[in-house]
Amino acid sequence: MPRDIMTPDASDDSRPTVERQIDENLRRVYQQMVEESVPDKFMSLLAQLRQQDGGKGSDDK
Amino acid sequence: MTDAKSCKDMDPRDELVTHLPALRAFALSLTRNSSAADDLVQDTILKAWSNMHRFQRGTNLRAWLFTILRNTFYSARRKTRREVADVDGIHSSRLATKPDHDGRLAMADFKAAFEQLPDEQREALILVGASGFAYEEAAEMCGVAVGTIKSRANRGRRRLAELLKLADGEELTMTDPATMAVMAASASSG
Repeated sequence: MPRDIMTPDASDDSRPTVERQIDENLRRVYQQMVEESVPDKFMSLLAQLRQQDGGKGSDDK
Repeated sequence: MTDAKSCKDMDPRDELVTHLPALRAFALSLTRNSSAADDLVQDTILKAWSNMHRFQRGTNLRAWLFTILRNTFYSARRKTRREVADVDGIHSSRLATKPDHDGRLAMADFKAAFEQLPDEQREALILVGASGFAYEEAAEMCGVAVGTIKSRANRGRRRLAELLKLADGEELTMTDPATMAVMAASASSG
């Protein structure tokens, strides 16, 4: 299986097997959450914010 | 996964949308509840948008957004002063897969064990174990020393191993069809 790990800590092969396996499973669980579809309401919210910005023209908060 | 460095010249407002899936995943792992996670992501979007002028272009937008999200999460926790214990059974069961081998670890078991960890340990594990931030980045995002992140992550891993009754040298494999499908999908997309 291809391993695609960027951080030096995570690719340290001296780490115990269990630790590395836990990290692999963490990545799978996380990846599954990442792949869930993003609710439409967030897209609407972003569109709404963009529209407000366009109408106002400045960020005088 | 999106290459954040290629977004250097992009308006962070345009780039924000590409980080929503990761933000939501981080929110889900902190709140363990899908409606609380959605509220948290919504608050994060609003805060990020109104503070966008403070974001330094060329730096890591995802790390910036994750920082806002976790600060929002913890300040809400401090305000309510109570344990948000309503772990979302619906969400968990939707993700759950039935183990089809005795003694083999299913993703559902792993998730259930993960959700029992204290917030700080879940957070550290998600940041460095799952989403690929360096310990230094995670430490900066959490406003703690690098050693603190390392110790939180290690305590989390040890606790997971305990909960899952794993001893070093034992196989920890998830071979149920749904897991294999996820792995195949992420392998082909990566």
